[in-house]
Amino acid sequence: MNGDPKAGKVALRAIGLRKNFGDLVAVDGIDLEARAGECLGVLGPNGAGKTTTIEMLEGLLVQDAGRIEVLGRTWGADGDAIRQRIGVQLQETQFLDKLSCYELLRLFGSFYDKRDGEDDVLARIGLTDKRDVHVSKLSGGQKQRLAIGCALLHRPRLLFLDEPTTGLDPQARRRVWEIIEDFKVGGGSVVLTTHYMEEAERLADDLLIIDHGKVIASGAPETIIATLHAENVVEFTPLRPGATDAGGERVPREWEDAFRALDGVDAVLIDGASVRMTASRTQVAIASLFACLDERELGLVDLRTHRATLEDVFLSLTGKHLRDD
Amino acid sequence: MTRRSELRELTRVRILTFLREPEALFWVFVFPLVLAAVLGFAFREGSLEPTPIGIIAERPGDATSEAATDALTLVLARDELLSIERFASFEDARKQLTKAAIDVLVIPGAPPTLELEPNKSEAEIARVRILRALELEASGGAEADVRIAPVTEKGSRYLDFLFPGLLGMNLMGTGMWGVGFAIADVRRRKFLKRLLVTPMRRSSFFLSFMLSRLVFLILELLVIVLIGTLLLDVPFRCNVFDFGVLSAVGAFTFAGLGILVASRAKTIEGVSGMMNLVMMPMWLGSGVFFSYERFPDGLQPVLKLLPLTGLNDALRAMMLDGDGLAAVGPELLVQVAWGALSFAVALKIFRWQ
Ligand SMILES: Nc1ncnc2c1ncn2[C@@H]1O[C@H](COP(=O)(O)OP(=O)(O)OP(=O)(O)O)[C@@H](O)[C@H]1O
Ligand SMILES: [Mg+2]
Repeated sequence: MNGDPKAGKVALRAIGLRKNFGDLVAVDGIDLEARAGECLGVLGPNGAGKTTTIEMLEGLLVQDAGRIEVLGRTWGADGDAIRQRIGVQLQETQFLDKLSCYELLRLFGSFYDKRDGEDDVLARIGLTDKRDVHVSKLSGGQKQRLAIGCALLHRPRLLFLDEPTTGLDPQARRRVWEIIEDFKVGGGSVVLTTHYMEEAERLADDLLIIDHGKVIASGAPETIIATLHAENVVEFTPLRPGATDAGGERVPREWEDAFRALDGVDAVLIDGASVRMTASRTQVAIASLFACLDERELGLVDLRTHRATLEDVFLSLTGKHLRDD
Repeated sequence: MTRRSELRELTRVRILTFLREPEALFWVFVFPLVLAAVLGFAFREGSLEPTPIGIIAERPGDATSEAATDALTLVLARDELLSIERFASFEDARKQLTKAAIDVLVIPGAPPTLELEPNKSEAEIARVRILRALELEASGGAEADVRIAPVTEKGSRYLDFLFPGLLGMNLMGTGMWGVGFAIADVRRRKFLKRLLVTPMRRSSFFLSFMLSRLVFLILELLVIVLIGTLLLDVPFRCNVFDFGVLSAVGAFTFAGLGILVASRAKTIEGVSGMMNLVMMPMWLGSGVFFSYERFPDGLQPVLKLLPLTGLNDALRAMMLDGDGLAAVGPELLVQVAWGALSFAVALKIFRWQ
């Protein structure tokens, strides 16, 4: 996919991955590639197939079709060599409650040929003061950092993180991001799934947006956003003449067509009573929008413009939001 | 950093998590203590219990009848093993008899009447004691001439039979629950799945359960055997080393069975059900509380092949008869076969995620 000749060595490559659970096609032909020292973000809504994909890459699930190469090796014969070199944080591991952070790191450390000292790792994940505290007494964010500590105490070359910040508050999320960025600075490669676009935009060098087990967009975040062919997004909720609220009614077809025809507007997406327009020339688009509203005597509940984000890409590709909330 | 042994670390973690689980500690260490206390009380040595009997005049209130009752009471009271209660109304006396507060109601007369429940052994004991008191009175104190040789030898009481059986049952219980629950728990937490993406050797994972069992076995044996020998006076006639080897083999066998039972179950409830299903036949059929020889002959070969039967037989042979390892070879073999088979099958069918 990324045929960039300047790209570095490839840490991970998968071609034509497929996985069915009975009749359900969870992963439907995914290709991906993570370059050494970079972070590949896998972005998608609930049930998109992120975990299924990453677990095939980690050797936990066997794919129904496709080929996987991790750090130049394949699962099977080279399994143990790969396991020595990758670090994994799973989406829903509960660690043993009655162990302290130190004891847990010590246990995981014993599985690897090379490892960092427990106290070094605790310092890196910011849990030095929780060294002897039992896992059950940690906050969600601290538990997540400990999970990442267990995944990187052997200085893996490739780190798999499955939704490392889901459910965390913004502050806790940023602390996790800092650990991941540190790891990248040290030369490690990362594969990260998420449904937070800010996370993908901040951490990922390369991005895969998947839905229903298929890749719907891929490339560097800026490149993907650029595929919208619009820098900006204009969002507004129109009102019928004389009405005081939109009442949640879908925008009528007739108005939709009128908005589409506006000068400076590239694409229009209806989201219930609201309209999202992408526009490369924002001022022109807004001027013509106001003219159009005036002409039809329509009111406005709100009007916002912002730079296009991955959320907009996702919305324009699938017509739905990344997250339900 | 240098590499630590993963087997040692896994075993350490097993021991730590176990020690930090108060319920588990209760079942392994406190429960045997409680059981021993109950047993010690139930089988305590001491004098014979006096038999409670009642006495009532044939015609309560009538002077001659009451006098005859006084006389008979005196005769019976010479036997210390009869504790006599005098009643004034038949209604009261019979109520006490129905409640089994007295075993026999004596009504003086010629001959005296004994009201009792014919098929009760307590009533029978009371009857014999009353008859003996009456005979002694009639013969002027001469007893039939027999020589009594009291049995005081250790090892022939029911408690002595029961104790090794309870020890065997405890080894089975702690082995199977300890291992089975721990496996079900790490599986439920998806911790097992997390271990799978590390280079941990799977054999280390299983062996850590075996080894941690061994550590607890030592503590468990110490507690139970000390209670048995010091408090309950149960004999311990074998070599300590041989006994240790037998117990270790038993513990491994049941740890293997525990792994097998937990090898596929997804929930704690699933494991519990399976555990009970496997252990129930052995509680009854392996000679814990009573000898399995009471079961029909056709069943004997099957019962003898149960892992707990062999362990119990061997424990009894060692503790009570002082047999060594060589003498319990066949039983050891059955144990080892069960352990090895369970372990091998468990490895094959184990569900890692
Ligand atoms: N073991 C399984 N058996 C049956 N279906 C499964 C199994 N694992 C996943 N699925 C289904 O496969 C699809 C993809 O699931 P997956 O867990 O990969 O999604 P996801 O992108 O990780 O979602 P989330 O963001 O909620 O974690 C879902 O429809 C899920 O229900
Ligand atoms: Mg997932």
